Amino acid sequence: MSVRVIGVGMHPWGKWGRPFTEYGVAAARAALGDAGIAWTDVDFLVGADTIRNGYPGFVAGSTFAQALGWSGARIASCYAACASGAQAIDIARTRILAGLCDVALVVGADAAPKGFFRPVGGDRPDDPDWLRFRLLGATNPAYFALYARRRMALYGATPEDFAAVKVKNAAAGALNPDARYRKAVTAAEVAASPVVADPLRLLDICATSDGGAAVVLASEDWARRHAGRDRGPAVRIAAVSTVTPRFPNTVLEMPNFATDSSAATTPPERPFRASIAHAAYEEAGLGPGDLSLAEVYDLSTALELDWYEDIGLCGEGEAEKLLRAGDTALGGRVPVNPSGGLASFGEAVPAQAIAQVCELTRQLRGEAGPRQVEGARTGIAVNQGLFGHGSATILTR
Amino acid sequence: MDAEHAVDGWFVVDAGGDAHLLGARCAACGNVSFPRFEGFCRNPGCEGTEQEEVRLSRRGRVWSYTNAGYPPPPPYVAAEPYTPVTLAAVELAGEGLVVLGQVVPGIGVDELRVGMEMELTCGPLADGPLVWMWRPAAAAA
Repeated sequence: MSVRVIGVGMHPWGKWGRPFTEYGVAAARAALGDAGIAWTDVDFLVGADTIRNGYPGFVAGSTFAQALGWSGARIASCYAACASGAQAIDIARTRILAGLCDVALVVGADAAPKGFFRPVGGDRPDDPDWLRFRLLGATNPAYFALYARRRMALYGATPEDFAAVKVKNAAAGALNPDARYRKAVTAAEVAASPVVADPLRLLDICATSDGGAAVVLASEDWARRHAGRDRGPAVRIAAVSTVTPRFPNTVLEMPNFATDSSAATTPPERPFRASIAHAAYEEAGLGPGDLSLAEVYDLSTALELDWYEDIGLCGEGEAEKLLRAGDTALGGRVPVNPSGGLASFGEAVPAQAIAQVCELTRQLRGEAGPRQVEGARTGIAVNQGLFGHGSATILTR
Repeated sequence: MDAEHAVDGWFVVDAGGDAHLLGARCAACGNVSFPRFEGFCRNPGCEGTEQEEVRLSRRGRVWSYTNAGYPPPPPYVAAEPYTPVTLAAVELAGEGLVVLGQVVPGIGVDELRVGMEMELTCGPLADGPLVWMWRPAAAAA
């Protein structure tokens, strides 16, 4: 038994200055339209929470349900940092798999402030996310930069490699009407942008954006009975992994001050990011060799390279080789971030993981237009965020 | 009397002026945590409930480093005029920990490299209170 993705919809990413609910409703309506069903056909709505939008953002499920018009649908809301959207999908999927509902709508939307993400306000010395700003001025890009510098030291990555990731993703994003940044970027432009967190420059780091994304999921039976409403080849969710790290996590993660200690215990076989993807492969019964494409969370250009290794596209320290060979560009062996990635979207946290699944779905249906990955059959979408959250979602057709 | 610390109980300055990070060590399995974690051990394979305070190694090697090209947002209080704050994540071999901290003012990223030896000290934030800081061990000799 599997769950089908029968509709996807997005509100274009940007800096629109409107309430997040508007983006979410627009995306939801687009997804319902794509599925060819009415909102009142939906049994269950899951909202991915945004923590920046106060009360209505913390109860995204009910906020979107009310905005779409109370229909009596059951709801759930969830927060899992960058993985919020994927967890929302997993909650909807498992309720369908349990036989408790047939059709579920998953919505995430955000309206992001300008500049660095900052912690929730007030004086909160018990909150590590507050303390890291207060004591160290350690922003999210600071952590991305630590990983980037380490990549340079360990594997010989260069700022030119990082810039090449931006150039690649901008070229793909220019072809995506839902992306915020839709123009080509040159390596010289990356190199001329100011340093935000050495070695990363402004154009190496993803922006913060407004946007909304939604998917409609249905049980296999329901989708079959409503044949014709599903568009193109049936797209199925083969796996959703939302595993947490295993102790001791020896990578310094946002928003922490230190790693776990490896003095008394042996570090796990796979570091956290790799374990997220591994669990999804195990669940799907697939491996990296089956992938037609991947959407990875390129919070920074350098982090995209880490992901190549974490999802098994190549061995440790070999990501630069893959990039330089053009394997991960559109038209390459296994395109990564054919949507344009966060480099072209900027992050709208609770919507982002859902947007990744929208892209996979469009690619697997063959509806991705000029950025279509030819013959796409299997795709993975991965992300990692604060507080030990991360996800990997595998879709097949 | 010590200057005010920006956070309580995370580090001490001894009579000789040396700063020490304060960790906790599980009495049962020896796992070390920083910041100090009280009560149940975070090692999922350990049932320990007693933690003893330990002073962490004052020296370690750079795991990675960066800086803040733009003033970090509140609640950080940025100095005016702003000069980029350098950060280093330093690996303490004995404890198996990597600990993030500011690097003392005046040391930029060009003076750091992965693997170099660092030493713990402390220094004031722009608005006065002390935090732990890393400095190149050679400079301290």
